Amino acid sequence: MSDKPNDYWSANIRVITICLVIWAVVSYGFGILLRPILSGIPIGGTDLGFWFAQQGSIIVFIALIFYYAVYMNRLDREHGVDEQ
Amino acid sequence: MDQYTLNLLIVGASFALYVGIAIWARAGTTAEFYAANRGVNPVMNGMATAADWMSAASFISMAGLIAGVGYANSTYLMGWTGGYVLLALLLAPYLRKFGKYTVPQFIGDRFYSQTARLVAVVCLIIISVTYVIGQMTGAGVAFSRFLEVNVSTGLWIASAVVFVYAVLGGMKGITYTQVAQYIVLIIAYTIPAVFISLQLTGNAIPPLGLFSTHTESSLPLLQKLDQVVTDLGFTAYTAQGDMLNMTLFTLSLMIGTAGLPHVIIRFFTVPKVADARWSAGWALVFIALLYLVAPAVGAMARLNIIDTIFPNGPQEQAVEYEQRPDWMRNWETTGLLKFEDKNGDGRIQYYNDKAAGFTETATQRGWSGNELEINNDILVLANPEIAQLPGWVIGLIAAGGLAAALSTAAGLLLAISSAISHDLIKDYLKPDISEKGELMAARIAMAGAILVATLLGLNPPGFAAQTVALAFGLAAASIFPVLMMGIFSKRINSTGATLGMLVGLIATCVYLFTYLGWFFIPGTNMLENVPANHLFGISPAAFGPIGALLNFGTAYVVSMMTQAPPQHVQDLVESIRVPRGAGAATHH
Repeated sequence: MSDKPNDYWSANIRVITICLVIWAVVSYGFGILLRPILSGIPIGGTDLGFWFAQQGSIIVFIALIFYYAVYMNRLDREHGVDEQ
Repeated sequence: MDQYTLNLLIVGASFALYVGIAIWARAGTTAEFYAANRGVNPVMNGMATAADWMSAASFISMAGLIAGVGYANSTYLMGWTGGYVLLALLLAPYLRKFGKYTVPQFIGDRFYSQTARLVAVVCLIIISVTYVIGQMTGAGVAFSRFLEVNVSTGLWIASAVVFVYAVLGGMKGITYTQVAQYIVLIIAYTIPAVFISLQLTGNAIPPLGLFSTHTESSLPLLQKLDQVVTDLGFTAYTAQGDMLNMTLFTLSLMIGTAGLPHVIIRFFTVPKVADARWSAGWALVFIALLYLVAPAVGAMARLNIIDTIFPNGPQEQAVEYEQRPDWMRNWETTGLLKFEDKNGDGRIQYYNDKAAGFTETATQRGWSGNELEINNDILVLANPEIAQLPGWVIGLIAAGGLAAALSTAAGLLLAISSAISHDLIKDYLKPDISEKGELMAARIAMAGAILVATLLGLNPPGFAAQTVALAFGLAAASIFPVLMMGIFSKRINSTGATLGMLVGLIATCVYLFTYLGWFFIPGTNMLENVPANHLFGISPAAFGPIGALLNFGTAYVVSMMTQAPPQHVQDLVESIRVPRGAGAATHH
């Protein structure tokens, strides 16, 4: 291993935290709790909050998982802990 | 060719395919039976996970649930997909690195305790068995409607098919069969939706059609829908919902999804830790194909139904009962659609007779109560008939619904049988059992589970919705928190984890039973299930996250007051956090 394993783990925790914040904001935030604030933005006969609740959040979830997979595979290699 | 022969042909061909694959991919070793020898490509595994996850509830019920309520039931869409983010980030890669076969095995090793493992086995069996019953009943209903046999016969056919491919094939057979089932179910779900979206909006992609213009009225589709439902006294389709319960219920479904053992074990089948991360992403892509279409199916079906009943708009006369379309006649015989001519005018008045503000309008129009009851569950199955699509589409929907129910049943049965043969028999009761003996025990356990599920499905306890809430609540309150703490904390010890699981489990059960009756026996509930009685206004179905919180809290406090886990356990946690060495972990 090129450096301390703790660096690897704290980088992992950091990226997980960022991803989960986005995860919560698009679903619980835009989709539910912040919907009244977003009601001024019209989209296809309704508002942006409705779109996030029925489509937007799902699309963001997919993006988050793939981003995390790419990020972690690179991090594994950088820290020399990838599978050989 | 008549509809019955067509259904028989399409469903029969799909079954021949599944059984053929099961025989081709027969499992010979326990590694193949439990984890398909860890040789499954991540895209294939993603597809199999999607079929495993999407049950009769997703395929048959979900669009109907959304159609009936509108925006407030978006919770199902977010809840049943958002759990995969938790799985991919918090559980899947680490459990794959751990490299064993079952969820209780991880809990037992990480918390160095047979008691913790046994508590996990009990949770797993309760969660999975309640789920299998739902799948078996769903398959039974689909068989009885489309093959025109009675529900009991349908159920026995379903259990015979599951028996052949799950018991023979194990995980290896199940994985490849599920890939085929995914393809059947997604085609079956999408084709009618595309036709309907084209009819209503001229847009061939249903998720885009949902937000485009309704051709007939030149209004946006959702605005048109809001208009016709409010004209009949219903709440507007896009209206705001109860924020607290929407948030908690979504959270319960998300955490519950990530804690369901039959979903978690899918990630044991891929070759590498990196593949477990990819696999979760692919699973969600394949799930999203259905979940992005479902809200469009719901909204468009609601509009189509009202259009059928009020052909000239809700302001004009309703259709005469004798003139009703064939699909209504067909579904009346199942009892899931009922008409009662309350005002004796021979027409079908469908409106919301519980809305106080609408009573006056109803009286003026000479209506004396809502005359049509439609069960939400028939919506997806009846959709092709409502939109007057060709007969082969109706046969395809039947095959798709059965694929969804049977693929999930198989995955659940595998989780149950591995918990019994591996966790209970091999590692607890009879450690010297041979590999052949263990494989036999796994198959017997699976056959037993099929029998129990079929018998319970024949006499359904009549509380499908409640038991599903129980399964998710329990998974959220018991399994997910200990798995997460086991990976992300080295300090949580066996006493903390065991007590945490028990507190989460018991608190969730008691809260549910208080409002829904002890063990769901009607009449034994201590408080009536109305919002005024709920603790802080939290509905029983939304209690999962509170149970999870109690589990986390108890485990943390108890662990801090007792001794830290031994060094070898802390080393184990250290080792599952890095991917290197995962290959070696498979050869134990």
